Amino acid sequence: MEQKNTTISFSPDSLELVNKIIKRYPEGKERSALLPILHIAQAEFGGWLSPEVMDYVADLLHLLPIEVYEVATFYSMFNLEPVGECVIEVCQTGPCMLNGAGEIIKHLEKKFNIKVGETTPDGKFTLRAVECLAACGTAPVMKVGTEYHENLTTEKVDELVNHWCKCGKMSHLNPYQE
Amino acid sequence: MGKKILTEHISDPNLHKLEVYQQHGGYASLEKALKKMTPDEIVEEVKKSGLRGRGGAGFPTGMKWGFIDKKSDNPHYLVCNADEGEPGTFKDRYLMQCNPHALIEGMILASYALNANKAYIYIRGELYYVLRILEKAIAEAYAKGFLGENILGSGFSLDLYVHPGAGAYICGEETALIESLEGKRGNPRLKPPFPAVSGLYNCPTVVNNVETLATIPWIVNHGSEEYAKIGIGRSTGTKLISASGHINHPGIYEIELGVTVDEFLNSDQYCGGVREGHSLKAVIAGGSSVPVLPADLILKTKAGEDRLMTYESLSDGGFESGTMLGSGGFIVMDETTCIVRNTMNFARFYRHESCGQCSPCREGTSWMEKILARFEYGGAQAEDIELLVDISKNIEGNTICPLGDAAAWPVASAIRHFRDEFEEHIRRNGCYFE
Amino acid sequence: MIKLTIDNIEVEVEEGTTILNAARKIGGKVVPPAMCYYSKLDCSGGKCRVCLVKVAQSSAKDPRPMPKLVASCSTMAQDGMVVQNITSPEVLEARKAIVEFLLLNHPLDCPVCDQAGECDLQDLAYSFGSENTRSREERSVHKQEDIGPYIQLNKNRCILCYRCINTANQLTDQRVHGMLFRGDHAEISTYIEKSVENDFSGNIIDVCPVGALTDKTSRFKSRVWFTKPYDAHRECPKCNGKVVLWMKGNEVLRVTAPKDKNGEVEHFICNECRFEKKEVSDWKIDGPRTIERTSVISLNHYTNIDKLNKEEK
Repeated sequence: MEQKNTTISFSPDSLELVNKIIKRYPEGKERSALLPILHIAQAEFGGWLSPEVMDYVADLLHLLPIEVYEVATFYSMFNLEPVGECVIEVCQTGPCMLNGAGEIIKHLEKKFNIKVGETTPDGKFTLRAVECLAACGTAPVMKVGTEYHENLTTEKVDELVNHWCKCGKMSHLNPYQE
Repeated sequence: MGKKILTEHISDPNLHKLEVYQQHGGYASLEKALKKMTPDEIVEEVKKSGLRGRGGAGFPTGMKWGFIDKKSDNPHYLVCNADEGEPGTFKDRYLMQCNPHALIEGMILASYALNANKAYIYIRGELYYVLRILEKAIAEAYAKGFLGENILGSGFSLDLYVHPGAGAYICGEETALIESLEGKRGNPRLKPPFPAVSGLYNCPTVVNNVETLATIPWIVNHGSEEYAKIGIGRSTGTKLISASGHINHPGIYEIELGVTVDEFLNSDQYCGGVREGHSLKAVIAGGSSVPVLPADLILKTKAGEDRLMTYESLSDGGFESGTMLGSGGFIVMDETTCIVRNTMNFARFYRHESCGQCSPCREGTSWMEKILARFEYGGAQAEDIELLVDISKNIEGNTICPLGDAAAWPVASAIRHFRDEFEEHIRRNGCYFE
Repeated sequence: MIKLTIDNIEVEVEEGTTILNAARKIGGKVVPPAMCYYSKLDCSGGKCRVCLVKVAQSSAKDPRPMPKLVASCSTMAQDGMVVQNITSPEVLEARKAIVEFLLLNHPLDCPVCDQAGECDLQDLAYSFGSENTRSREERSVHKQEDIGPYIQLNKNRCILCYRCINTANQLTDQRVHGMLFRGDHAEISTYIEKSVENDFSGNIIDVCPVGALTDKTSRFKSRVWFTKPYDAHRECPKCNGKVVLWMKGNEVLRVTAPKDKNGEVEHFICNECRFEKKEVSDWKIDGPRTIERTSVISLNHYTNIDKLNKEEK
């Protein structure tokens, strides 16, 4: 039986990971673990950081909620609103643009019938155009979940999307998960 | 083929495994350094090698290490800057992915030299899979006794951890990186104090780039003299160049500093020339922030000399006719490229990545992008060219950190060398490229 | 003690003094403007860049000039340092540029802004800005947010000086507002539309250099130049009870902390004094407060501009 949790709290595995990470920083400097923990929280609680999740993290690290909001809103990898199961982030910077990132983005917009920044109505895919992913030699490039996909062509993108469509429900992964 | 220091064994698909790395001579430097050399001797060796920071600024590494505040009672920290994000640059990702132990070995040596017992690798958050490669490699090094307490019985101890960022180019600036590592917004700090005096947790800290640190084992093994023999003048050693754009063989190339730009661009050993049927229009030689140069000025200096892949030769002529080696992000553009669109693209990047702390950068980057969009999509007026030049001047040098300069230079150089293209965009009320 | 010169005026200060504070010791026109630095607040400064000055000689030991303009609020004075502020055309040009940047997205709503007449940005724009705008872009607009019954937050007017954050950090351990997002999207907010409440929260109004944080209890009651300031005090269990009453006739329109010659509060006051005590009978009035009416409006600069324009025509 699946139990519905109304209060937010990490699974025992995640909590163990969180505690391991906190210990990497000197005593009294636990705040340093904030970014790694936000990554873990985002993956665990549906792919985005709700104010409630951020409050929970604040509590864990003995921070003020606003201190967590300030940090979470600064970094582009943290989603502040719900996202699809599969977040597709196509690089649009310099070399990727020179090598056809624009076409890849247009192709995906057409395929999903959404605009960049939007999520498909079935909640499966979110499409984003992002800034440099540091993979310019294999442009155009996109990041999906924790993986990079490089040397993209529209055919390759179609194959990948078809594969994901068949995958069933996809889950968000944190940086430490395979 | 030139000398290979970082990529000699990189074709071995198992190089990321400690055992294989050791078979290729990896970790040999530890015995020598930790048992037979004093920390100061290592600093001295690195100074004499002439190694310069490979992250972009090109500051002499040994000198940077020499600044560490030895009088401080606080612990020292070494932080590896693996927040690679300068458009056009992708060498550190490759190095960490294929040769993670070179970085770890380099960090052990550097930590010993700096008397640091804790070190962090700050890696950009998007590189999840590289983070996992590093975590595994670090675990292997702990298991072998290369990390942890009393390394190889030398009495020296070091803990090394990986720390993911979360999507912010500005964290490549060392004080922003430190703030971020402390769990804060990536706002660069006011300097002085410099990190060597007050860095991570206000303790003496050295922040070095991945490539810089991965070079240290070779210097310790072979000596500074051997290293300094490679390269030309003050540009010693080898450098990883990330080549991208309209070329036949994009990728990472380890070059001896001093090969000509012509050879690097056109020889089959490296980029293999501009893609078939096209001609060279412009090159950004050192990552998106350095000035763009047109074909004639990238191949030859204004005085007509061959341009070399060195810090000095690339900057020959100042910003009037030269550029910078920067982080070695070599972006090649052929005649199909719209310089205005490319400049707008970078302007958008810098606007997106500005931390927003200081007014010239926060306001100026967004203003420049909006004006450039008028050139590209229509609506630009004659005075907009001078306005852009003026805004870039007003940002340059007036900001807290170098992001302002990095945003200003591409715009200023594009207008300097391709003004006619901007004028044509005004005449045609928008872009006329495909 | 060390000696330096600022705009050719020699001044002696203690070691560890910033250039800005050395200039404040001299006073007058050589004092660089400051929109983010606030001497009463830890960690303030360095951000707005309007206080940039030229260091023509670093120190007696090192006579080289500094390669770039430096923020005078966060650069330490050195013995033998030679600083140029208003005597340097380069500084004036840079300052003009910074003012232009600060005004790019600042609404032109001075006529309905309570801060007008005591707004540092208004004064700065008059002293160092240019008459015309070169921007043809639309100003950015932020979603507005209610932060409670006492304080009106207008994000569009904010110049992101961080003073209100520093103030909250200093006066409470329960800060609820902060700097969110980044770059040109950065804004002051509570993120979850929370009320900013603690006994000293009102002080963020006094430190705000612009009209981003104003007093809701005196909103739109009068233009500041039609009110008269009086020093007053009361027995207050929370703060020292020394305030300035801004009065029109016998009516207390607004209560603020007294400010010094640098435009900074002399001390912080509590919310009860600021927001709840609006009767003359609440206070013992010590007498009229002489304030330097240096603002653009007080000096009638706008009238002068009108005259000039007419003469030109």
